[in-house]
Amino acid sequence: MTFENPDKKEKAMATPSSLASVAANTRKPGTNTLGIGLEARGVHAWFGKHHALSNVSLDFPAGTVTALIGPSGCGKSTFIRTLNRMHEFIPGAAMAGEVLLDGKDIYEPGTDVTKIRLKIGMVFQKPNPFPSMTIGENVLSGLKLAQLKNSNKDELLEECLVRAGLWNEVKDRLNAHGGSLSGGQQQRLCIARALAVNPQVLLMDEPCSALDPGSTLRIEETIKELSETMTIVIVTHNMQQAARVSDFTAFFLADGGPGEMIETAPTSQIFSQPRDQRTENYVTGRFG
Amino acid sequence: MTTLESQAGRIPSPREITTEPRFSDKVFRGVVTAGGLSSLVILGLIAIFLGYQGFEILAKEGISFITTSEWVVEVDSFGAITNTTFGLAAMLVGTILCAIIAVVIAVPISVSAAIFLSFYAPNSLKKVLVSVIDLMAAFPSILFGFWGLFVLMPSAEYWAKLINKYLGFIPIFEVEPRIFTRSPFIAGVVLAIMIIPIVTSISREVFSQTPLDRIQAAYALGATRWNVIRTVALPYARGGIVGGSMLGLGRAMGETVAVYTVLNIVYQINWNVLFGAGGNVASLILLKFGEAQPYEIKALMAAGLVLFMLTLLVNFLADQVITRSGTKGR
Repeated sequence: MTFENPDKKEKAMATPSSLASVAANTRKPGTNTLGIGLEARGVHAWFGKHHALSNVSLDFPAGTVTALIGPSGCGKSTFIRTLNRMHEFIPGAAMAGEVLLDGKDIYEPGTDVTKIRLKIGMVFQKPNPFPSMTIGENVLSGLKLAQLKNSNKDELLEECLVRAGLWNEVKDRLNAHGGSLSGGQQQRLCIARALAVNPQVLLMDEPCSALDPGSTLRIEETIKELSETMTIVIVTHNMQQAARVSDFTAFFLADGGPGEMIETAPTSQIFSQPRDQRTENYVTGRFG
Repeated sequence: MTTLESQAGRIPSPREITTEPRFSDKVFRGVVTAGGLSSLVILGLIAIFLGYQGFEILAKEGISFITTSEWVVEVDSFGAITNTTFGLAAMLVGTILCAIIAVVIAVPISVSAAIFLSFYAPNSLKKVLVSVIDLMAAFPSILFGFWGLFVLMPSAEYWAKLINKYLGFIPIFEVEPRIFTRSPFIAGVVLAIMIIPIVTSISREVFSQTPLDRIQAAYALGATRWNVIRTVALPYARGGIVGGSMLGLGRAMGETVAVYTVLNIVYQINWNVLFGAGGNVASLILLKFGEAQPYEIKALMAAGLVLFMLTLLVNFLADQVITRSGTKGR
């Protein structure tokens, strides 16, 4: 809420043509237009009758990294999954509110949800490369799955792997199977795979929780590099990680009821002078 | 290693690690072992019985038992057997032909049904369909036979004529003379209906085990549902689908009553699947058993042994196919 700009929506409506023309001219990964970022407006989420998330409004300005922190069960993973419409895959899941990508609601009836997920990529907690595919095929699998054309696949493959920080480790064995990599390498392979379809926004749901410190460091470096060209939202349990990689931090908490966003601010402020007592208790390690 | 050696003077040989199970564990182990071995024992006893009964015939007829097609028992006016010839070739060809037709028809339908049930059907409809399909598996085969003969035959005859008209240039679709009823094709259609439940439920089972994280990964990359099924679910389920199909093939080869009801059994090898003449080992046994003399019964036992071997062979080959293709998508 801190950096909410009420005029943003109107501005976005006024500029779709220029955005479209930029997008049409640049097809290399990461050189896509940043857009004006992603905005959540009054998002609620339910699993059946269970109200999991209540009234979250949060802006993700273009080209920034936003960390979502909070104890387990506070709804941060649920929230991130509403941002690219992965929430609705869970039987009984429902949501309310709006999620605006470049000022346009992604839940609007008639929206092609596959196009939304192309623009808003996702990296999951557990590395999940396709085991039947080689490393190269995994990176390019998004093109096949979304039926996109790309004339220069070799170049795209190298670029994505370089940007995910994996190229040097796998360049000599692109035809090996994805499952033959270590956990950290598999996760960077998944990042490379997400990059290949050229998303504007990258959602990362605890991407390092299953990884060793060395791999975590590599992925954090990757996140920093990627943030120059895309908007990143990362869920993390690791407050040091939030402090290291993010520009903004949002603190979530479920205090008996549904999860809520307690506070959001530039990351340095959240960790040095949080406004809410509960945030301070959490970031200083008094609970959670 | 060097420090160890200097400390201990030598490298110890690995210790033998044993555990002594508790009494209750031993009992349970005994019970499940008995259960596990019982199928092997039963199968072995059946094979021994068939082999013992059929040995005389197999020794007398030799290889001609499976290479010739005549099945003749001549008796004199006192009922004593004067001459016999037993040959199964037409029945074996017919068995394989009908079973293959059944699998070719059933597998696409079953896989489509399984995909629909796993990925498209709303929950309420899914429950109803699953129990209907399970019910179909428990349906008595004689009823499938009657239904095939009285209801399906007229339609299937029309389809056969269409296939003959447009694909008749392919040798197996030739029909001369033009008799379309009671053909291997129609028996195959009835068998297909009978094996759809088992192939569907096995395919559905493997589809439902497709790892969720892979499905989500594909969706998160902007895949359509069809593309998720094509690139994630089908490769994962392929081994199971092949396995289910082979179980269906086995059932189709052993099916007796339905085929007996529908098929026109003729002691001549017929590769023309639309022509109203065919064979089936199990149906032959049923056809002859009622009026057979003790000597002919021995021949029928030998026929059963051959069918048994054929089924084992098909299952063995199926296993090879599954191990070769099964693990790739996993």
